[in-house]
Amino acid sequence: MLPLPVFDYHRPRTLAEAVALLATLGDRARVLAGGTDLLPNMKHGLVEPDHLVSIGRIEELRGLALAPATASAPERLVVGAGVRLGELADSLLARRVAPALAEAAASVGGPHHRAMGTLGGNVCLDTRCRYYNQTHFWRKALGYCLKKDGTACHVVKGGQNCVAAASNDTAPALVALGADLEILGAAGARTVAARDFYTADGLRNTVLAPGEIVVRVALPVAVRRRSAFEKLRRRGAIDFPLLSVAAVVDRDEAGAIARVDVVVSALGARPRRLRAAQDVAPGSDPAVVIASVAAAARRECKPLTNLDEDAEWRRDMVPVVVKRALVRALAQG
Amino acid sequence: MKVTLTVNGSHRELDVPPLMRLIDALRGPLGLTGTKEGCAEGECGACTVLLDGDPVCSCLVPVGQCAGRSVTTVEGLGSIDHLAPLQRMFVDHGGAQCGICTPGMLVAAEALLRRTPKPTEAEIREGLAGNLCRCTGYQRIVESVKAAAELRGDRGEGAA
Ligand SMILES: Cc1cc2nc3c(=O)[nH]c(=O)nc-3n(C[C@H](O)[C@H](O)[C@H](O)COP(=O)(O)OP(=O)(O)OC[C@H]3O[C@@H](n4cnc5c(N)ncnc54)[C@H](O)[C@@H]3O)c2cc1C
Ligand code: SF4
Ligand code: FES
Ligand code: FES
Repeated sequence: MLPLPVFDYHRPRTLAEAVALLATLGDRARVLAGGTDLLPNMKHGLVEPDHLVSIGRIEELRGLALAPATASAPERLVVGAGVRLGELADSLLARRVAPALAEAAASVGGPHHRAMGTLGGNVCLDTRCRYYNQTHFWRKALGYCLKKDGTACHVVKGGQNCVAAASNDTAPALVALGADLEILGAAGARTVAARDFYTADGLRNTVLAPGEIVVRVALPVAVRRRSAFEKLRRRGAIDFPLLSVAAVVDRDEAGAIARVDVVVSALGARPRRLRAAQDVAPGSDPAVVIASVAAAARRECKPLTNLDEDAEWRRDMVPVVVKRALVRALAQG
Repeated sequence: MKVTLTVNGSHRELDVPPLMRLIDALRGPLGLTGTKEGCAEGECGACTVLLDGDPVCSCLVPVGQCAGRSVTTVEGLGSIDHLAPLQRMFVDHGGAQCGICTPGMLVAAEALLRRTPKPTEAEIREGLAGNLCRCTGYQRIVESVKAAAELRGDRGEGAA
């Protein structure tokens, strides 16, 4: 049995209360949403907060709807951070305007994890590594590592940076779809693009400041945008990604390719936007795009030994998974 | 902390640390030992209960999160004398062997059948995708759920 360590528990009703509480408690507190990442990590002694601030009953974090275009912004899909992954996966609206995001949500864990886990918790998921997501006993036997309690990295020998993998399936989808994250802290509200939100530091791979809460996610929708998400995992459910890929394709009025974006994740700490995809020239032939971006993806992406399974095999699978995503993003009506 | 919640339809009041895991509250002070613990970290689904109708891993839910909410455990599905169709069909079709996964399977299947009264085989497998079984090879579990769906349909219990 893995009991939860003792700590204090708060259950604010409003966003303002939560932010004030987090400001007072400082770095001794952690936000608790669905708990499907934080609680297992606490059981393993990876995170040791004195206080948990549950945001589960804050109404302001809910909601999934279209926001009309304004003078400065196009029409957007707005999803509250408290929305559960199952709701997002089942939402007909999300499946229509942002299929890559709905598919990513649908591929997280199993039905239980999606019934508990939230979009905000997925966005802020701790990075993962085969030498880190282990019990305290296991890590102690190995002599710990840089990310927690130790001084060495077992993935990059002699390395002084943690390269634990971004393992949240919605991250590549949000980056590829050009989403913005709306964040609130004691210092005020700010908006950060998903593609600027993640950093290459496996210790802490987001720009979220202590005490800040992700409130909602907003992504632009467009009539001629198509997207798809694909994931490599050992079993068809429960497992975290060994690779996850989101592809977005915009067409022009004549139906020709206008823009392509492909993001690959579960490599290092930061989802990788493929340069080859951004370089696709408008009007390119779809078959050529698929072949060239997939081939370039293998050169651009270098899976590490931070996750289970052979890193060389995962590298060989990069073009395969990229191709699957692109084929679907290019095929849809 | 005092936590008031509904368990299998009855109003219950607990005086427990808010971070006691729901599974420990169920098996300890509430005396409901039907719910089993497997992995304790959200991997296996043995501890599945319904929280406001959704399947959750009770090993990952602090009981404080359940205040004012409704929990259904395997005991809430039926009793030894009055087995629910799901329980009956698991017995008849060999859906249970060692039994450690069975309470979680039953509760996850209950959640599935409430949402999808006539599931296809693929829907059954997807509905139970968060529940591991080391004994049966799953086929008999799928058959048990299929048979239970038919039985519930015959009895008009499908759409809850
Ligand atoms: C067996 C198992 C399999 C899993 N498989 C997958 C998988 O395949 N893919 C995947 O992506 N994930 C997977 N997960 C991880 C997890 O279930 C999901 O990522 C889930 O979305 C996390 O959300 P949560 O609400 O439970 O987060 P929590 O655990 O509550 O929080 C996660 C982190 O985010 C912070 N946080 C939460 N909400 C906010 C917010 N609004 N603002 C700021 N910080 C916040 C918390 O402080 C914590 O650090 C799996 C988990 C388990 C146990
Ligand atoms: S990448 Fe290195 S430092 Fe980071 S968690 Fe893995 S072993 Fe530890
Ligand atoms: S004991 Fe809860 S999921 Fe395994
Ligand atoms: S019957 Fe033994 S684990 Fe399922």
